[in-house]
Amino acid sequence: MEKRAHFSGWTLPLLLILPQMAITVIFFYWPASQAIWQSFLREDAFGLSSEFVGFENYLALFEQPEYYRAMVTTIIFSTLVAFFSLSVALLLATQADKNIRGGHAFKTLLIWPYAVAPAIAGVLWIFMFHPTLGTLARPIRAAGIDWNPMLNGNHAMILLVLSATWKHISYNFLFFLAGLQAIPKSVIEAGAIDGAGPMRRFWTIVFPLLSPTTFFLLVVTVVYVFFETFGIIDAVTGGGPAGQTTTLVYKVYADGRLGGDLGGSAAQSVILMVIVIALTAIQFRYVERKVQY
Amino acid sequence: MMKKSLLGALAFGLATSTSAFAQTEIQWWHAMTGANNEVVNRLAEEFNNSQKDYKVVVSYKGQYADTLNAGIAAFRAGNAPHILQVFEVGTATMMGAKGAVKPVYQLMAEAGEKFDPKAYLPAITGYYSTAKGEMLSFPFNSSSMVMWINRDELKKAGVNEIPKTWPDVFAAAKKLKAAGHDTCGFSNAWASWAHIEQFSAWHNVPMATKANGLDGFDTEMKFNSPVHVKHLQNLIDLQKDKTYDYSGRDSKSEGRFTSGECAIFLTSSGFYGNVKANAKFDFTSAPMPYYPDVQGAPQNSIIGGASLWVMGGKSANEYKGVAKFFAFLSDTDRQAKLHQESGYLPITKAAYEKTKASGFYEKNPVLETPLKELTNKEPTENSRGLRFGNMVQIRDVISEEIEAALAGQKPAKDALDAAVSRSNQILRQFERTVR
Repeated sequence: MEKRAHFSGWTLPLLLILPQMAITVIFFYWPASQAIWQSFLREDAFGLSSEFVGFENYLALFEQPEYYRAMVTTIIFSTLVAFFSLSVALLLATQADKNIRGGHAFKTLLIWPYAVAPAIAGVLWIFMFHPTLGTLARPIRAAGIDWNPMLNGNHAMILLVLSATWKHISYNFLFFLAGLQAIPKSVIEAGAIDGAGPMRRFWTIVFPLLSPTTFFLLVVTVVYVFFETFGIIDAVTGGGPAGQTTTLVYKVYADGRLGGDLGGSAAQSVILMVIVIALTAIQFRYVERKVQY
Repeated sequence: MMKKSLLGALAFGLATSTSAFAQTEIQWWHAMTGANNEVVNRLAEEFNNSQKDYKVVVSYKGQYADTLNAGIAAFRAGNAPHILQVFEVGTATMMGAKGAVKPVYQLMAEAGEKFDPKAYLPAITGYYSTAKGEMLSFPFNSSSMVMWINRDELKKAGVNEIPKTWPDVFAAAKKLKAAGHDTCGFSNAWASWAHIEQFSAWHNVPMATKANGLDGFDTEMKFNSPVHVKHLQNLIDLQKDKTYDYSGRDSKSEGRFTSGECAIFLTSSGFYGNVKANAKFDFTSAPMPYYPDVQGAPQNSIIGGASLWVMGGKSANEYKGVAKFFAFLSDTDRQAKLHQESGYLPITKAAYEKTKASGFYEKNPVLETPLKELTNKEPTENSRGLRFGNMVQIRDVISEEIEAALAGQKPAKDALDAAVSRSNQILRQFERTVR
């Protein structure tokens, strides 16, 4: 049977989708079109003078070696964060799904980090890993590692990946847990009766059945890393040392808000928007094929 | 903090509302926290009590950069405050915004307030004046960079005299390191401010052409000179074994001094309140070190901190109130008191002289160090101040290159060349927007 509502006329359906359309237009299409328009202008911070410069902001961007470096940094950063936040969340979710005493308390505790504001999460991590003041930096140094995220780009990146991952694990955990609980116990029990061990049951039954959730989370996590991590970056490294943790979105923020270069910043955000749209399209086109609903 | 000041303003508003008919409100947006926030609130309250026609209303708008952005956004939306506190590196941005701001010298002349630009300390007002000496914004909280010294640790390491020159500092740091300070011989906050901006002024070498941008926006960076390269190379060499240890581009790591880890630490004189509250050792401040083989060094230091900008497009009556408030702030007794209590630099010569005559500095020599630096010599065109568009971004670029050099990724010369050429691009970009 078809699930389709029947309306007589256009008025009611239009009225019903109007609020959603209004929200999308006001909070997405309008600012996005503003950004596109602004990316063709050169403006001072106060908006006193503005000059149409065509594609000059874009061309200037592609002449900067720093811009390409930010792209590479973004790829490294997003791959690491996506991998760790998905795999750790899945591991935690499978463990929490077991019947253990106090399971509810664990589940609640695991969700908490999601409620922490990015900047606060950043400050928290910087306090733990500050080269000289950090409580966790001391044992690392005692172990003979010259821990110094202030000058060593790799250390700064590790710190950033840790904090961004930590922040996002809760979200992924929550969805994985819900996904796991939706898998019928009978299927797993059937596997067990056929003699499949826990690992085998996981990879051949649970993981494929979980694939819609995994796919959804992959898309959301990539969007998270691309757009929502600048607060953490700002608090933890400020894009340093020597620009080695400046990602595309942080560069948009730094050039626009700190640098007052609105045109260049708008051009960057347009490019970023295109990249994320393309990435999501690719994910839907190729990864979704392997998903079994 | 915000809530408190809001409540304070509210309570004050209620208390005075009976007597205050047709009072003109003067909005003052600022970025001061902690003890400095109290100072702002107290000043507004004292001014409001001193007369009946105007009422200064203060609002805290976040950090310096946030406050500037809030002011810009408010201006674009057509409801800018009357007075906006802007940090020193935002000066060129404000100056470039013709029509958005009202120069202070014009304001004072039009309002007919008594105003003598010569009464102010030139080392401070120079930063905020045109090449002709016209004061554009009103200096509020000023500081300079000094070298903080942990006397106890220096003594323990066998350093009997406070180092004066850079070679002295390097030698002292080596001794400190040998005496157990193996993670930090000496360090500094504000990397670009310390090693490029103040360093250039203190050694009387240009950071950029056109009197460091004061004489025009077509300025070009020059801080890759041999003196700069030599200094950065020294730091690179010392970073290898942590005789020098980098502490970041901002002031987040100032705790390395108060915790006792770094016994020699260059940062703002405004660090005073923090040191006084937290340092459990005998401390003092000394002038910044210099290279004795550079002719004319030490010259004079430049200021940091913030000034008050008057926004454009307000009524004549409102401007009169702002002018009255600035005259109120310039009062000698008030300035002297403010300086002695808060550690801000006094902005008038009279307040400085008065504090000196009272014998205050004999008991508190730490507070005189930045003043001695600022007034060490008559400022030259290399040491009057800096005025670069998009300076916030330029500072980041400079810090980035310094970091790359200290991490051993490039030699000093390459890093400074790259910083100069990248900064010049930013300057050209700014120049085009203000044309």
